[in-house]
Formats: sequence, structure tokens, C-alpha cells
Amino acid sequence: MTVQAKSPALPKSKIMDNLGRNWYKFSRNSMSIIGLCTVLLVVFLAVFAPWVAPYPEHAGKFVDFANASTSPCRRYLFGTDVIGRDILSRIFFGFRFSLTMGVVVLAVVVPIGVPLGLIAGYNQGTWLDTVIMRITDIFLAVPPLILALAIASVLTPNLTNAMIAVTLMWWPWYTRLVYGLASTLRNEFFVSSAEALGASKFHIIFGEILPNCISPIFTKMSLDMAWVILLGSSLSFVGLGVQPPKPGLGTMVAGGSDYLPEQWWISVFPALAIVVLVLGFNLLGDGLRDMFAAEEV
Amino acid sequence: MTTDILTVTDLKKYFVIGYSDILRREPITVKAVDGISFTVKEGETVGLVGESGSGKSTVAYTTIGMYRPTAGSISFRGQDLFEGKKGRPLALKKEIQIVFQDPGSSLNPRRTIKQIIELPLKIHRRDENRQEQIVQLLEMVELPPDYMQKYPQMLGGGEKQMVAIARALATDPSFIILDEPTSALDVSIQGKIINLLIRLQDEFHLSYLFITHDLSLMRNVASRVAIMYLGKICEVAKAAEFFRNPYHPYTQMLLSSIPVVSEEEEKLKPKKIISTGEIPSPVNIPTGCSFHLRCPEKMAICSRVDPVMVEMEEGHTVRCHLYDQEGGRR
Amino acid sequence: MSTLTGLSASAAPLLEIKDLHVHFDVYGGTLKVLDGVYFTVHSGEKVGLVGETGCGKTTTMKSILRILPMPPARIPGGEIYFKGQDVLKMGADKLRQVRSEGISMIFQDPTAALNPVFTIGQQLGAVVKYSMEGKKLSRKEIREQALIPLKEVSMPDPERMLDSYPIQLSGGMRQRVCIAMALVASRELLIADEPGTSLDVTIEDQILRLLHRLVEEKDVSVILITHTLGVVREMTDRVYVMYAGNMVEVASTEELFARPLHPYTHGLMDAVPKLTGGGVSDGIPGRIPDYLNPPPGCRFHPRCPRAMDICRQEKPRFYKHNDNHEVACFLYQDGSPLRSGGSSDSLPSGSPLRSGGSSDSLPKGTLA
Repeated sequence: MTVQAKSPALPKSKIMDNLGRNWYKFSRNSMSIIGLCTVLLVVFLAVFAPWVAPYPEHAGKFVDFANASTSPCRRYLFGTDVIGRDILSRIFFGFRFSLTMGVVVLAVVVPIGVPLGLIAGYNQGTWLDTVIMRITDIFLAVPPLILALAIASVLTPNLTNAMIAVTLMWWPWYTRLVYGLASTLRNEFFVSSAEALGASKFHIIFGEILPNCISPIFTKMSLDMAWVILLGSSLSFVGLGVQPPKPGLGTMVAGGSDYLPEQWWISVFPALAIVVLVLGFNLLGDGLRDMFAAEEV
Repeated sequence: MTTDILTVTDLKKYFVIGYSDILRREPITVKAVDGISFTVKEGETVGLVGESGSGKSTVAYTTIGMYRPTAGSISFRGQDLFEGKKGRPLALKKEIQIVFQDPGSSLNPRRTIKQIIELPLKIHRRDENRQEQIVQLLEMVELPPDYMQKYPQMLGGGEKQMVAIARALATDPSFIILDEPTSALDVSIQGKIINLLIRLQDEFHLSYLFITHDLSLMRNVASRVAIMYLGKICEVAKAAEFFRNPYHPYTQMLLSSIPVVSEEEEKLKPKKIISTGEIPSPVNIPTGCSFHLRCPEKMAICSRVDPVMVEMEEGHTVRCHLYDQEGGRR
Repeated sequence: MSTLTGLSASAAPLLEIKDLHVHFDVYGGTLKVLDGVYFTVHSGEKVGLVGETGCGKTTTMKSILRILPMPPARIPGGEIYFKGQDVLKMGADKLRQVRSEGISMIFQDPTAALNPVFTIGQQLGAVVKYSMEGKKLSRKEIREQALIPLKEVSMPDPERMLDSYPIQLSGGMRQRVCIAMALVASRELLIADEPGTSLDVTIEDQILRLLHRLVEEKDVSVILITHTLGVVREMTDRVYVMYAGNMVEVASTEELFARPLHPYTHGLMDAVPKLTGGGVSDGIPGRIPDYLNPPPGCRFHPRCPRAMDICRQEKPRFYKHNDNHEVACFLYQDGSPLRSGGSSDSLPSGSPLRSGGSSDSLPKGTLA
């Protein structure tokens, strides 16, 4: 009898093979690649804004009435606003707020929503299921934007509280998603096998069922980035998110709305930035869904 | 002197699948298993045969603990498997394992083979040299150690089933339920798995409950065969006897429909009985003997009274009015 | 649309597949699944196609109806003639006609083949409408037309059946509905892809008898695809054995079971558990080849107990053993190769395999 000491990690070639296979599935649709590039670009711009933006100081307290309300030109590619701040640079910094919002909200929402959904799904039919899912239903019944508005208006308007507001109404979607998956998966034979072997409930929920939910969760997360960013921008637009003079994208759109249509660039470019960002995450999410899809043939 | 390892006594399992009306006055019940009794002796293979709706899978799932019986009992070496409310103790779970029909769904597609086989080791064995044990188990089912890193999708159907068998063996059980272990596989790999199971039985003194609808396979695997129809056992006999001298009309009907590949086998089959009509749904079990609607030998009493099991020869019992006191063809 | 009766060799075949190649483009390359498939069906014949999972039988049948997913599938070569016309080169209109009046297919799982949210009447009615080529029929007329095939498949209480949903029917009845749908206008060729696999053996028996009756009464030809040898023996006139994208043997049913020639066929017959007892043989060692990199020469050679050097280098053609029996194996090279291309090799003929599939040569298993 031979004893072979095998390292637990996959050999290098296997990892490359997996990556290659996943890229193949992802890249069938060129739109997904566009989405990926867009998101990567935005992340790059957000992270390196202080070094990449032409006028990084314009993102903070800065005033230059001499150059205020300049239309787009070579010096200010997207023009300047009424205080003379370069719109392009501010958009780069605005991406920071948007991405932060998306990441933080999801980082809080997923660890809450997913386990609840798993527990409810595995215990389908019991009181535990009923309690969890009815609470979820209550949260889902409230119109999202109104709930966010209500919460944000009670608290001091700023980015943090906007994030809290969105978080509170976002977690139920994950619970719902995972509940559906888990309640089906629990009837699979590999779950019955694990039970027959004597595995603990904890292992079954998190070791057997959860790995089979990862793909839809990731796909949803990507699409959710788009939604959360949109929601955050909406809150900023109505004055409940990022406060001026900070360059939140929604805030910038609101700030320029008084000056439409003559000084259109002040609102339009930040709005386009939101569109591009949201579209990028949507296309990326589609690509992820293709990537996770089971192979036929 | 062989002892009984598994004793099933008057087992019943009913499922309520709905109600007759909105006021929930009368439940609609499926009597999946409706009073069966049999034993498995240490080291033997008992075969359970039946069509869909016969309840054979329900017997398997109840024995493994997925369901609790509605009535009756199952004992393992004298110990009731369903004692108490808390579920089966780990020590009993260790002894009784199951291999499911479809290895595609009985192996978690998101776990590696190593993780799949490691799970029972983690639960039941304290020792730390799991790596070694996994390699040993893979060797027992004739799979190379480098399969540990693979995912189930990378294996063929036969190989997946061998992993499922290795996993069942990992708890060092005494009794394994095999629920159609090769039905989902091609015939060219079926033999390898069956012969492996037979060798393992020899080596580890295992007892098997072998469930299949393939009578030709059953002929070569089981030492005793029981045939089920709509939740009840119709006939039990030693394998050779079962095929040589079937008493129950249903047994004869099934045996006459087996597709065989040679003339010699053809000669062994009973005269062709063409089954008419559909298999009744287990929700609507006919009164009296549940088989009477399809039975070519039906008598008046068959639609009124359910027959009881009688012993024709030693070890050969049948439940049919043709042979009991009332029908009188003994 | 008259059909020829009888199996005279001079009559033109109803369906003829010549040298069909089908490839699938996937990650990592191309799956060369079908590697030169030949297949013929005459009118009024019941032809069996035996092969295991992954051998390409369903792919072949789907090619006939052109219902393969075209990316990733590709057909780099071959012809499929139905009543003399090449299906692969047909325009959309002609193809539709073939699908609605010439060839139809029933699938393995009748539950998946029927739409659960429509009644049987609605689904049958839809097929009737498509087959009527634009002639407008009233609802009543469609219903009447739909009853005809239901009666032909001996459905009890066909009127009530039209208003039932698939979920209310048993597996056997659903399969009969699928057969009825396949019969609505198609009267010439029925492809049955493992019709009994998801059914019980007694019900499968009924379905196969039904197909048998349809062939006799309606002059429908049937291609019966299965991996169960016993079914083929009872139900077909002629059998093709398929392995890894090639036909390896074709013979009349009687001839094939009496004298299986190809080592693969022999292995299959051996592997089936016998009612006579004696244990189960170990089956055929190895796995089906990787279609990304299929073995050179004969695709069966890595698993073949009688592989010779030439098997690793060249692909065998069909060699004629007798009037009813052809086999694609270098062991039977005496006699001229029957398919075009390449010069025939002048190797000495190998000895034919021991005939029959008797159980006396099986190892004894230990029965506990």
C-alpha cells in the first residue's frame, strides 16, 4: 500500500485550465467583455483618482470663479461647474463614493441575507422557516426607495447613513434567492447522503448546500452593484446621500440641474457616468451568469 | 448459525399528499408501504424487486432514516432504529449505509472526491491519518489516488458510483442498502461494479439489501428475492427457486416480460403474460388484493379480501388467494 | 406519398445516411463526435440502434431532423437522404415538410417532452395545425383530427384524454401521447429514442408492442434506439451497433444474436446478466474515448481484446460477412470493403470469434 503525500491545492495546470474554461464561457458574448473592461476601468480610475485626475484638488474645497461654467474644451474635457471645478476630475472621485457604497452594502447584506435564506430553506416547513420568511416578506413589501428615503431623512444625511438605509432594505432579496435554492437543494441525494452519514446540520447547510448556491449569489452581487449604485445616486440626488461639496455622482447631477439646459455639461456628464457604471456592472453580471452556467454536450 | 441483521416487521409508511377539499376534511393518502415484513441475515444479499409505485425505494429510504415509519418497526441486530424522538444515534448511522441510484446527484458537484470521502471519516473516525485512509478506500474500489483532486463531473458514471461505494464503506458499516446501484449505468460497466460489490461483501462480511427492477441482474446477485406490488410483498423465495418456480401471477407476469438475449434464457421464462392496463396509482389502491385488476387468474374473492402470506415450501412464501385456505390450490 | 412494402434490396431506402461527420466546438477544441456514420432504413422496417451513453446515437438522430444546436455543433461532411433528397441541403420549407409529414421523433422522457401547462388536446391540436399546411380548420375539426392518433395508440377514453393535463397521466400514457403526436401526419419514419427507459418493464413491453403494431398496420418504419440488447432482440428486424461515433456492425437481428462478430458487440452481449445465472461478467474495461483526441485508427482499439497493429493505424471499413451481416473490423477483412475510398488491404483474414453469447464462459461470482 502506497502513501502519497498530496498537497491539498490543485496542481498549477488545473487552475489554469479552470480559468481558461471559465474565460471561454465568459467571453462568448462580447458584451460581457465590454462590461468587464468598463468595470475595470472605473475601478482603476476610482483607486488612482488622485494621480490620474487632471485636477485632483477640484474634488475637495476648491473655488475658481474665473473659470466657472466653462463648456467642455481641451483644458477641461468635461467642462467646469459654477464654482469652477473640473467635472472630469470630480467624476473620477465620484466613482469612489459609488463603488464604496456598492461594496459596503453588499459586504453587509450578503452575510446577513444568505445564511438566513439557507437556514429557512433547509428547515422548510417548520416554524423557523415561517418566522424568517415572513419577516423577509415584510421588509420586501415596503417600497425600497421610500424606505430608504424615510430612514435617510430621520438620520443625518450623509453617505454612511445612506448606506445603512439601503442595507436595511436590500438583505431580503438575498434571503429570498437563497431560500429558493436551498429548499430545492435540500431534496438532492447528496444532502440525503450526508444526513445518512451523520453529518451535522451546520455542515449540511454550509458545507453541502451553500457551495451550490455560490454561482447565483455572485451573479446577483454583480447586478446588485448596479442597483445599489443607482439607488445611492438617487439618494444623493435628493440630498440624502453624499453632501456637497463632496463629488458624489448623484449630488453632481442635482447640483447642475438648476443650470440646464444652457450649462448642460454640469449635469449630463455625471449622469452619463452613472449610466456607464451601471451598464458595465449589468453586462459583467450577464457574463458571470454565462460563466457559471453548466456546460452542455 | 446465521443471525438476523435486519428485521422489518409489518412496516407501513403513508404519505399525506393533500386533502379532498378546501376544508381539509379528508386527507388523500399514498400508502407507499402497506405492511411488509422480511429479514436479512448476516452476510446475505436480499433482493427487492418491484415496479414504480411498489414502494421499494420507500423501504430503502425508511431504513436509512430519511423517513420515520407510520407503523411497524425496523430493527438492526435487535435494536429498534426509530427509538426516541431525537433521531438515529451516530453509532447506528455508522452501521447502515446506502448507495443511491443516480451517482450524478448523490455526489455533491461542488466538492472534490477527497472532500466527499473525507466527510464520513471526519464524522466517525477520530484518527488523523485521513489522507491514507482515503487512498485506501479508493484502492478498494479500484480507483487511482490522483482522483482525489477531481470533481464528480470529471468522472464517468461507473467511476462516480464507485466513489459512492467508497464513501459508504468509509464508516465501516455492516449493512448496505443498494438502491438500483447500476440502473443508471451502461451495461458494459455494470458488471465491474456488481462484481466489486460481491468481492467487498466477502471481504468485509457485509449484508446487502439490493433493490432493482432488473430481474436478470437480480438472478445473479441475490440469495433471496422478495417482490413488491403497490406497497405489499407478493412473494419471497430463494433466488433460484424464485426464477424456477414462481407462484404469484405478478411474478410470472414480470418474469415473462424480461427482455433476454439468448434462446436458453428464453426457455427459462414462464409463458408470456401480456399485462393489460396501467399500474394503478398508489393513491387509489384497489380493494381486496391490490393486483386483481391486472391479474389473469382473478377469482371472485380477489376483489373483496386481501390475501395473507402462506408458506409453500421452506423459505418460499406467497400472498395470493390461489394458494391460501380460501382459494385452495395448495 | 406511397411507400414501398417489403425489404427488397433493390428498392431505394427510405432513409440513408452516408459518411456523416458531426463536430462540436467547445472549450479546449473540437469534439469529433460522429466520424463517418452510415445508416440505412427501408420502408416498413424496424431498425434497432444499439449503443451506450455517449456513442452518438442521439446526435445522429438529431442530425436527421436537423435539430442539433448549431453552434456549437457543425456538420463538416456527409449526406442524409430521405426519400432521395438530402436533408442537410434542404431549404427551410422542404425541411418543415419533412418534419411534419415525413419523420418524427419520440424522446426518452415523455414527461419532459410534454408541456405541463397545456392539455393533451391543446398540444395534439398544435401538431395537427402545423401539419395541415395552412389549411384553416375549426376547433372542432382540429379536435376530431387529434382523436385519430389517440385511438391508434389504444388510449383508453380518448375524449377525456384531450382535456387532461400531462401530470394527470401515468408515464406509460404520456409516452403513448408522444407517439400519438408523432403519428399525426408523419406516416413514414418514426424515431424512438429509448422509449421505454423511464418506464417500467411491463409498460415498456406495452409500448414496444404498440410500435410493432403500428409498423404492421400503418407501414411506418421505426428506428428504435436503445442500450438494452434484450429489447432489440425482441423488437427489431435489423440492428446497428454503434461505438464512439461509428457504426461497427449491422446485421439482421437473428444473425446478430446468433453470431456477434465485432469484439465490442461480443463484449456487450457478454456483459448482460443472464437469466441462467452464473454471475455477471466484468464488462468491457476502459472508457469511451475522449472526443477531443480520439484514438487513431479504429476507435475501439484501446479496449479491444483482439486489437492488431493495423487497428491502431487505420480505420476499418465495413466488410461483408454474408448477405445479412456487415462488420467494421479488420478481423473480418476477407471479402471486399463495401464503402468507397481507400484501397482494400490484403491482410489475411482473422479467425471469426466464437459464435453465440452463451453463459457457460462467464466467471462464477460468489453468491452469499
